[in-house]
Amino acid sequence: MAEAMGFFTDTTVCIGCKACEVACKEWNQLPAENGGIRELSGDSYDNTRRLDGIHWRHVRFIEQFKGPYDGRWLMMSDVCKHCVQAGCLEVCPTGAIIRTEFDTVVIQSDVCNGCRACIAACPFGVIDINPVSGTAQKCTLCYDRLKVGLEPACSKACPTDSIQFGTIAELRTRAQKRADQLKAQGVDAHLYGADPTGPLGGLNSFYLLVDKDEVYGLPHKPQLPSRNLAKSAGFSVLSAGVLGVLALVGLRKRRMDQVGGSGGSN
Amino acid sequence: MSDTFFSGAPHWTWFIILYFFVGGIAGGACFLAAVLDWFGGPEDRPVVRIGYNVAAVGAILSGALLTIDLGRPLRFWHMVLQSANFPAIMFKGWSPISFGAWALLVFGVFAVLSALGGMAEEGRLQNPALRAVGGAVRGGSGLAKFVGGVAGLLGMFIAGYTGVLLSVTNRPIWADSPWLGALFVASGASTGAAALILLGLRRGASEQSLARLSAFDTKALVVELLVLALFIASLGSVNRVWLSFWGLVLLVGVVWFGILAPLRLHMQRRPVAGAARLVLLGGFLLRLAMIFASEGVDRYRVAAGM
Repeated sequence: MAEAMGFFTDTTVCIGCKACEVACKEWNQLPAENGGIRELSGDSYDNTRRLDGIHWRHVRFIEQFKGPYDGRWLMMSDVCKHCVQAGCLEVCPTGAIIRTEFDTVVIQSDVCNGCRACIAACPFGVIDINPVSGTAQKCTLCYDRLKVGLEPACSKACPTDSIQFGTIAELRTRAQKRADQLKAQGVDAHLYGADPTGPLGGLNSFYLLVDKDEVYGLPHKPQLPSRNLAKSAGFSVLSAGVLGVLALVGLRKRRMDQVGGSGGSN
Repeated sequence: MSDTFFSGAPHWTWFIILYFFVGGIAGGACFLAAVLDWFGGPEDRPVVRIGYNVAAVGAILSGALLTIDLGRPLRFWHMVLQSANFPAIMFKGWSPISFGAWALLVFGVFAVLSALGGMAEEGRLQNPALRAVGGAVRGGSGLAKFVGGVAGLLGMFIAGYTGVLLSVTNRPIWADSPWLGALFVASGASTGAAALILLGLRRGASEQSLARLSAFDTKALVVELLVLALFIASLGSVNRVWLSFWGLVLLVGVVWFGILAPLRLHMQRRPVAGAARLVLLGGFLLRLAMIFASEGVDRYRVAAGM
């Protein structure tokens, strides 16, 4: 197996140019939305708004303004996290979602049948249906490019190196140095998803953030969907058991009545 | 804020809601038919046959609904066989949707066999091949009881696994409570009994059978109400999602019209058909509210704190 590869996204140097979005769309031949006629969001300069089946990269704009001269822009190029423990891969009933030799998570479009279980399982809201293929799709971390020794299209196109591609081990070292540097400058910076002992065993696409996780639309403690399996199944069995006993008792009562009735007549 | 608010909606809408409803009825009716098959008397035979018929039709309809709902319906078989390694089996025991696909398939086979056995019992099978199969599992025989018993147990599974499936996600409401599967089991039992009552009234079910089903439905509705209360209590702060149209549907449609009103009718010994119709309405609205309340959460607005 090749070494684990991924992204480190330093949100502090993102300028919101969306070159990564364009490069991703172009390389992966993703269709335009709404026949190419863009609907403006109306409440933000970000008109992509979300990750889905035809937007595998999304530069999120977080516009924090208290007044006309008092505020800041936060920008984050969001993408599939290629979780070490991936919820989508866990629930996929067709085996369409696989872990590659680069430790990334890829949906095989020729196997997926569009059941959409992975969409609900992903804690980050990354996956959605591509209306052209009718299958669930998301970032592949440019698996085809990795196979021939190229870096993913988005990181290649990023003009500020906000998106950095490399081996996970190297990226973690680099990310920690950058976080320490910012902290020394008084910036309240922290890494999201870089800890292999953290939620989901760490993320192979992790971030440097300067505000709360939720502000960037990221869950503070993402979890696997299977956390609910044992408890939910247990309560269901309990409910079925109670109803089963009620059904049987009802019938037994009838038999007892019958026995009682025949006994009385003797 | 629950971390489930950051996930994406899977667009499980009308076909899935109908499947949950039909599957619940089929599973519940099959379970009750099997119980009456094993422990009932001769006067219960019409209800047993109706139950197996409901199960067979429901299982086939369920399969059709699930297939239509897929983004690529012709790949429905990828659920049970590995497309890249045909004909190897595709099965994930820890994935409710994978487990459920297999359970529905096996449930369908056993339910159809039981239905054919019931038809053979009535002498309604003309086709020689069907008559041969139906004759082998002729209603009332030991083998028929075994087949019906397996179908009944699988029926309870079908009624409940759909709730577990919803819980094994990262979506608001669904993944925020472990009680959804238990709630769907209770609803499957109550709607299954209601379907048997309604069909039994038209197809010659005995007074005793109908009275017993009505009595069971009353108990199932009480269980459903208790589990619904536990479900709501377990949601905690996520309950703010119910401050919407779907909360109204849950309170008025499910609790009032679907549970309390039929309970009152059952207790007043009023005509059982009216109560059964309300139970079916409540069962449908329960699935409707559960699915759409979660589907409707706009993750971006919530994430942005708007």
